[in-house]
Parts: sequence; structure tokens; C-alpha cells
Amino acid sequence: MASDRIVGIDLGTTNSLVAFMQGESPVVIPGEDGLNLVPSVVALDEKNQPVIGNAARKYLTETPERAVYSIKRLMGRGVDDVQEELKFFPFRLAEDLQPGEVLRIKLGDKTFTPPEISALILRQLKRNAERFFGAPVSKAVITVPAYFNDAQRQATKDAGRIAGLEVLRLVNEPTAASLAYGLDKKQNGIIAVYDLGGGTFDISILKLHDGIFEVVATNGDTHLGGDDIDNLLITIALDDTLGDLGLDLRRNAEAVQAIRKAVIEAKIALSSQPSAKLDIELPGGKRYLREISREQFEQLIQPIIDRTVGPCKQALKDAGLKPEQIDEVVLVGGSTRIPKVRALVKELFHRDPHTDLNPDEVVALGAAVQANILGGGSEATENMLLLDVTPLSLGIEVAGGVTDKIILRNSTIPASATQFYTTQIDGQANVAIHVLQGERELAKDCRSLARFDLKGIPPMAAGMARIEVKFLIDANGILNVSAREQRSGKEAEIQVQPSYGLTDEQVEGMILDSFDSAEEDFRQRQVIEARNEAATILAALDKGKKSPAWGHLTTDEKKKIAKMEKALIAVQSEDDYQAIRKSIDELNQGTTRLAELMMDSAVSVALKGKTMDEADLGEGPTAPHPMAKAEFE
Amino acid sequence: MTKPFLTTITAKPAPEETQTCWSCGTMRAVHFCESCGKVQPPAPVDYFTFFGLPRKLTLDVAVLDKDFYELSRRLHPDINARAGSQEQEWSLQQSSRLNDAHRTLKDPIKRTQYLLKLEGVELEEQSKSATERARSTGELKKQIVPPDLLEEVFELNMQLEELRTQKKMGEDDPALIEEIGRQKLELEEKHEALLDELRTHWKTWDALVGREQSGQPVSGEERKQARDKMVDLLNRRNYIRNLVRDVSEALEN
Repeated sequence: MASDRIVGIDLGTTNSLVAFMQGESPVVIPGEDGLNLVPSVVALDEKNQPVIGNAARKYLTETPERAVYSIKRLMGRGVDDVQEELKFFPFRLAEDLQPGEVLRIKLGDKTFTPPEISALILRQLKRNAERFFGAPVSKAVITVPAYFNDAQRQATKDAGRIAGLEVLRLVNEPTAASLAYGLDKKQNGIIAVYDLGGGTFDISILKLHDGIFEVVATNGDTHLGGDDIDNLLITIALDDTLGDLGLDLRRNAEAVQAIRKAVIEAKIALSSQPSAKLDIELPGGKRYLREISREQFEQLIQPIIDRTVGPCKQALKDAGLKPEQIDEVVLVGGSTRIPKVRALVKELFHRDPHTDLNPDEVVALGAAVQANILGGGSEATENMLLLDVTPLSLGIEVAGGVTDKIILRNSTIPASATQFYTTQIDGQANVAIHVLQGERELAKDCRSLARFDLKGIPPMAAGMARIEVKFLIDANGILNVSAREQRSGKEAEIQVQPSYGLTDEQVEGMILDSFDSAEEDFRQRQVIEARNEAATILAALDKGKKSPAWGHLTTDEKKKIAKMEKALIAVQSEDDYQAIRKSIDELNQGTTRLAELMMDSAVSVALKGKTMDEADLGEGPTAPHPMAKAEFE
Repeated sequence: MTKPFLTTITAKPAPEETQTCWSCGTMRAVHFCESCGKVQPPAPVDYFTFFGLPRKLTLDVAVLDKDFYELSRRLHPDINARAGSQEQEWSLQQSSRLNDAHRTLKDPIKRTQYLLKLEGVELEEQSKSATERARSTGELKKQIVPPDLLEEVFELNMQLEELRTQKKMGEDDPALIEEIGRQKLELEEKHEALLDELRTHWKTWDALVGREQSGQPVSGEERKQARDKMVDLLNRRNYIRNLVRDVSEALEN
């Protein structure tokens, strides 16, 4: 059953987490460093090997050209979409990018698409979970911002596939948060989830009734979050250094990263302190010193956080609700720790928001709840069902470059629409369809999702063909299209050219390139870990033999231990990790008394029943909760 | 997970729709098997039939919602995530159909429009995109102004034009804004009154359907009259709704 475990993953702009349902409550799985949050940072080390998370952070300042953060901002976007981002983020795009091609980011002298970089983060989370369970993990629920469009969702799903994960469901982040929240409360009512994270903003309004979590309206901005506050503070610091010191650091990636680190620390400090100091060492031995009061900070960020007001009002309007009708407001995302943001939420919804859930973890916990529901449910999730909506209207381009909306935003998903097409000229074999997403009236102002070519229409007179095209948005919020010519009953062939996105073949190639042997990798890791553990216990036994305790064992006990030791040494170098584990367990059991004797009397009472491995060495490399010290830069 | 027994579902299949379950062979409901719970292949039925309803327009939305939630608990892809791939496909199709049907039937206007479409009436497209399209292709769009509104609309359009011009010049005429605001309120009241009137036409239509169900003849002319009245009302209502939208935009911008 262990291999069927489905994990919930929050693939965040700043941090990512993996969680699962332990019994009746969701828990976050820590990484090897004992920390729950895996920073969404990917770097290449000196040997061109990918480094992920906390370990990758030092590269941001040491070798910024070999590291990348906030990659989520680039998911499912084209070159034209990201020009604005490039002004503020040190993304280095590959020089040979063609228009319409999926972005590629340079790390050192290699290039990666955003889904590949996200896949590296996902693979790290997968490994953390595998380490925790001691078993392979292949299925996951991954969260996405509610306001993510089709291309951004597809890119996230691709990332999962590249990482060797079967993505059972994409869940909207605020909705996931409501699941974690609702699990606790088990009550009916209307809640608003205000989710301001590192890079994205979502507002969702849900009706909770008898276990059904029904989203009635959602809105947001997929490029609004803590990042924007950081960038604003960085810009100010750079302007200061240019003005006061005549030092232009804008092209100095190392210095910009040092400033970024400092302003983030100051931003965090300002949530609990009346003022914060910036003290940054600049190239050339100069220092940048500045004190920011909370008042100044709040004035500065006002325009940024005000951008959340419009979406909130629109969501209320779409839901047909007045602020007074909202029963509870739930805060999600690290940026909601800012007091000014909380004040704004209070003003918008006329009530104090809930702050009892950890805003960094609640989305991952909710993803674990949804994973549990998909896995068949448990007592805790019995009767729970999520009914989510599509955040953006789906349309097709009609004459005059106008968008004809066929599925309106905030429609419950899955949702479908059927359109009929015909031919314009005799014998016409193809019909082209342009699919759009967005609220604007003109096609050029909407997001182009794909161009579909209906092919193989049987020859007939103009206007005679009747082609039924069915657009279906699935429970992941992803569009599926099927077509049929009704007069001939022939399935029309659909050729999709995603406007931005990887083709199936490309994704397939990426899996094969880098993760060809994911299963084999896992098996090998297990063998290596078992061998390491064997080596540790054998070393501990050697130490034990030299201790006075050894003398207290009977000859028979010593003989037994020697036999088990021999058995372990025999299998230690083999590839059968289960055989190694079995011998380790036997030797551990056989040396329990020795371990006890080795403790002094006081300690031995406390440690009674512990095996040698635990008593002598603490947690081995495969212990489920390795709370080892975190690595710091 | 134990599922609630679904005796509570009001949506009962018409007798001719009842078939045997593909999985366990017992008699089943339209969308899922009451015996083994398996999702069934979707039947090409209209939205009323999907919910086991006659084609009547007066409808208890609370009951519709209740059936919607109960059916969601059986048909949603999350509930069927561990089923075979064919059943998952049916689950996706059935639940999208369920959502589409619920969305259409719970809204009084969409419900009326849908019924008229089922009855073969091609409704004049009054959507904003249709207007934009007509504008961009240079095609003269037929906007039937309800005769009783002609004078009023003419006056209002003049005032809106004046307001737009003033705004462009950066001027502000509180009296004009107030006057337009007052007219907007009046239009909104008219809109509400039209909805009430529509409900009385529903009753006429539903009575015809009721007579038919009890075996009494209904002439084609009677049906046509009932339909035409609703079409006329929807057109007037759309016209007023568009006006209100234009006024709101002019006031906000």
C-alpha cells in the first residue's frame, strides 16, 4: 500500500512543501535538513549538478549566474509576456529563443525550460517524501494559483511528469487552504480566502455546506506578491547607491542579490518591529546603511497591496455577495503576515481575518487532504468534496477578431460547451479554430491558448458540413477539445498548436533525458543508505567490543553476535537492500543488551529497550524524522 | 468511504430511460447505478431530462441545488479517481454535463432561453460580443427597440453622449449625472417588472406542458403563442439590460 501513497505538494514562488495525511490529520514532511520549507531555488554546482532548496541559496549570492528563483513567474508564459518581469528579476533567457518557443533559462552554460526547473524542485520534494516513507512516491496532488490560466496549469502538470510524478489533480491554492481550514472547523458558512504569496495573489469565495466546498467566485493576479515588495525596496536601495555614492550596481548580480537578501530580512522584521535597519556591504568596501520605519514601509507598499482590492471587489460582485455576508476570512501566504495587509483585509471584509493557521503551510496541508480524498478518503475526509470553478472565461475568435465567450468565468468545473462549425467553400477539408482565455472583448487582448486545425473533413458542398466541437474544462482547469463531423459521423482530427507550452514529445524527451532511471535511482539510493547504516552499526559494534560492557556478555551471546556480524558483512556489499536491512535489524536486536550495558546505569533506565543503533548513534541516515541542524550560508 | 444512500434524490429517470448497469447488471438510475454506485455511460439527454424534470419553467431552485449536490457526490471525478479509465472518462463527461445543466437551469433567464432553444427558437443574440462583432464587421445589427421605450431611449442616449463628451473635456455636471442615475434606477425597476411578467408567462407554458402530460391535446398555435410571448419578453429584457450596462459604464468611466 505504501507505494500508493499520494502526497500533496505546494509548488510555491518562494517556498515549496510536501505534505501527506498521517492518520486523520495532514502533516508537512521535512527535508533532510529538518526544515518544512524547501526554498524554490535551483542552482548548478561546480560539477553542473543541480542543487535545490536551502543548499541552493548560497549560490544566489556567490554565483548568481548559476542560480534561479521565483521560476513560477515564468511558468506557461512566452517571451513577449515576460518583458516586464525581466526588468526586475535576474532571469537570464537563452539567446537563441524563437518567438512562440517555450522559454529557456540559462544556468551556467546550460539551459532549462521553466517546467524543467520546477521539476527539479518537485523531484526534491518527492525525494524528501520517499526518504520519510522509505518507499517510492509516484502520485501527487499539486496546487496552483486559482487565477492560473490553462497554459500555466499545463506547464505545472508537465513539470510533475518530468519529475516522475503522476499528477492526479491540480488544486487551486485558496481552495486547498479552505480544505485544511474546513477540516478543523467542520462548519457551514461562507468563507473568503485571501492568498497573497511570494508571486501570486488569489481571492476565492467559498460556500461550505455538509462537507461540500463550493467555490462561488475567484479572482486574482498571477503576478502580484511579496516579490513585488522586494523589488520595490531593491529599486530604492539601488537608486540610493547611485545617487549618494555614484555607484551603479544594477548590472552587478552579486550586489543585487546581497541587497535582495537584506531587504527581505528587513521586510520580515517590519511585521513585528516598528523599524528595521538595512546594513549592506557594497563592492569597493562601502556600506549601505538605512533605517526604515514601519510607517514609511507601509506608505511604500500601499500601491502594491492596493492592487488586491479590485480582484476582491470583483469576486464579491461575481458571487453576488456583500462583505457583511462573509462569515470568515482566511489568510494564506507569507505576505499576509504584514500588518498593513491584515488591516486592508479587515477593511474590505468588515471583519478580523483568521490568523490561527500557519500561512506558509496551510496550502500544502490542504493539498494533502485532497490527496487523501482522491485516494479513497478516510474518516476525517468522509463526505468532503471540492467543487471548484474556472477563473477565466473561455472563448473562441469569431469574425472581426472578437472573442465569443463559450464558458464564463466562475463556472463550476468540469464544464463544457459545444460549438458547431461548417465549411465556407466546396470541398474544404480543414477548419481553423482559435481558442482564447480571458475577459476582454477583443481576441488580441485575451490570452491565446491554442490554435486547432480540424482536418480530414469529408468533401462536400460549402456549408453542408456540420462539425461539432466540444470544449471541456476538466477538474484540473485544463482544456480538452474533441470534434466530430456530424453528417458523416467521422471523427475530425484535431491538431493542436499550443500557443506556449511543451508538446507531449518534448515532455517525454525531458523525462528520458534526465530522469530515465528514476526507479533505478531510488533503488540505488536505498541500497546506499542501507550500506551506510550497516557500516555505522558495524563500527558501533567494534566500539562495543572494546568497552567493559562486552565482558559482561555470556559466551553464547557473544557467539550469536559474531554470527550476525558475519552475516551482515557478507550481504553488506551486495545490491539487495532488503537483505542488508534484514541483517541490520537482526544485529540490532541481538545487540540490545550490549547497548544497554554500555550505558551507565542512570541512562540505561531511560534507554531500556532501545537498540544499539539508536542508543549509540542517535538517528541513522534513514531515520524518518532527521532533525539534523539546518545548513546555513 | 461510505456514501449516503440516494433515496433523497428527486431526479428519477423516466421509465424508458431505465437500463441495466454495465457493471453489476441490476436496474439502474440514469447517471449511476443505485446498486453498485458505478458511473454509467452518459445518455444524450437535454438538461431537464438530466435532472429528471419535465420541460416546465417554474422550478424550485432549492430542490435543484439539493439534487445537484447529491449527484455531484456520485459523478464528480474526485469521487471516481480510483475507477477504471473508461469509468473516469464517463465521470468527467457526466459531471461536466451535470454542472452545465445546473448552471443553465438555476438561472431564470438562461433556463427560459434554453427551453426556447429546445423548442427550436433562434434567439436574437444580444450579447456584448455579438454587438462588437456586428460593429467590427460593419454589419448593421438589428436592435429592436421596444416601442414604449423609444422616446425614453432616445433621450437617454443623448444624455449619455453629453456625459461622455463632458468627461473627455474633464468637465463635471452633477445635475446631468444625477439625472442619468435616476433614469438608471428606473430602468432597473423596469427590468425587475419584466422578470415578474416573465414568470406569469412561465405559468402559461407550464400549464400547456401539464395538459399534454395528462393526455389532453395542445394545438401548435397555443404553443407558438406562449413561446412568442416569452421571446418578446426576453428581447425587451436584453435590451434594457444592455442599456443599464451602457449607463453604468458611462457613469463609472
